[in-house]
Amino acid sequence: MAEFLTGALGFILAMLALGLVRILRGPGDADRMMAAQLIGTGGIACLLLLGAVTGVPAAVDVALTLALLATFASIAFVKKGSAGLDAERSNTTEGG
Amino acid sequence: MNIALALETALALVVLGVAVWTIAARETYAAVVGFVAYGLLLALIWVRLDAVDVALTEAAIGGGLGGVLLLGAAARLRAAGTAALERPSVGVRLGVAALSVAVALALAAGVLLLPDPAPTLAPAAAENAAATGLGNPVTNVLMAFRAMDTLLEKVVLLLALVGVWSLAPDGVWGGRPGPRHQADPRGVLAFLARLLPPVGIVIGIYVLWTGANHPGGAFQGGTILAAMWLLVIMAGLADTPPASSRRVRLVLIAGPAVFLSVGLAGLWLGDGFLTYPAAYAKPLIVGIEVAMTLTIAATLGLLLAGAPERSAAP
Amino acid sequence: MSFLLDVATIVCVSTGAFFFLAGTVGLIRFPDTLTRLHALTKADNLGLGLVVLGLLPQSESLRSGLKLICVWLLTLLAGATVSQLIARAARREGSSP
Repeated sequence: MAEFLTGALGFILAMLALGLVRILRGPGDADRMMAAQLIGTGGIACLLLLGAVTGVPAAVDVALTLALLATFASIAFVKKGSAGLDAERSNTTEGG
Repeated sequence: MNIALALETALALVVLGVAVWTIAARETYAAVVGFVAYGLLLALIWVRLDAVDVALTEAAIGGGLGGVLLLGAAARLRAAGTAALERPSVGVRLGVAALSVAVALALAAGVLLLPDPAPTLAPAAAENAAATGLGNPVTNVLMAFRAMDTLLEKVVLLLALVGVWSLAPDGVWGGRPGPRHQADPRGVLAFLARLLPPVGIVIGIYVLWTGANHPGGAFQGGTILAAMWLLVIMAGLADTPPASSRRVRLVLIAGPAVFLSVGLAGLWLGDGFLTYPAAYAKPLIVGIEVAMTLTIAATLGLLLAGAPERSAAP
Repeated sequence: MSFLLDVATIVCVSTGAFFFLAGTVGLIRFPDTLTRLHALTKADNLGLGLVVLGLLPQSESLRSGLKLICVWLLTLLAGATVSQLIARAARREGSSP
């Protein structure tokens, strides 16, 4: 069971790395905004599996913190990317 | 090579790759995104090293708040149009690179060349855990054995905030930090800012509370609370408080004030400054942590909001 | 009984890893920011949900199991709303030069 979970963890980590390569390369701010979102899901999956494999039950607390803060970082990225700044400056009423 | 070692190597390589990309990125925005990704992934490594308190702080500060702080600075630079002019010369960059490599090598040598077993006070700290009745050795060290350092750190945070506030232009001295954020009150961001902060506040209080016996504590809980407050501000549902507001200032000094008064009480009623009477150690420590969490939340939130930009009139 | 729990864990975590693979393939291969965002949000969140489901039989107490579910619900909420915001920013950025 521990080996299987470690294997799944390594696999998801590899998927995370590949996704990061694609996202961080993507031209433009909109692509890069997705990075926090990617880690918010893939990173949390890795964290939960890591906690189960190494027997650290507090890893779930780190996952909770990561979920909240990754969301917060994503929203800050959206607001402060070039598109977000334009929307602020023109002060249009939009969804957010 | 067994699978655990392969996993650790892969994790280290991914984090190193993101770090190298962050340094090599051309645009500031891209570099900040890379920095946040690096911070969030570093939390994984800390969990692997069984340092969950550090992982919590890394995810909260390095991942979330640190990145947003840099983003705010980058956004201001971009708006002012100064970013393009400030590229440092090749000589400076080579010097910085050489210095960074030297520091990294020194750290690596320090860690890899430690004698085995490494000199450490951890067993002594773990043995004396019964002195305060708390189960988390990190909280014991922070709040009991090295309480002086923690008290001074909180004062340093306050000084940083004072420094940021002193950057306000004369006309808006004591005014509200940051711009007034606008968002459609029936839109997605406002919806999220109404739904997530209550959950986040519960989680922040939980992380504070569980710090007594499990990884967690005042700093991590306060950071989560600060992030939720900033979320509400960014969605335009609340405005930043003016720097001259008395209520805000009371909250800001509450943490260090409680800490200091308990410490001084230890001079009269106990053995010395910042000692706790054995019977009341745990309630005192928990009380100090609650006050500190509020102060940390307010301080970090105001630090990220920036220097006052608008006058205090509503 | 514990054998059944282990089988459930293996099945759920494997399916979750497969969905992560699908999401990453979509992320790499889709031509447009919006389609990439779609692949990332939907597939990765589903993968995380399945991983959480797979780890529930291995959790040591009811409280840690509830925390796991809480993590997943949080990520769902965050993913649903943040992807909307990113999509609007992407559309705005794509329309202006």
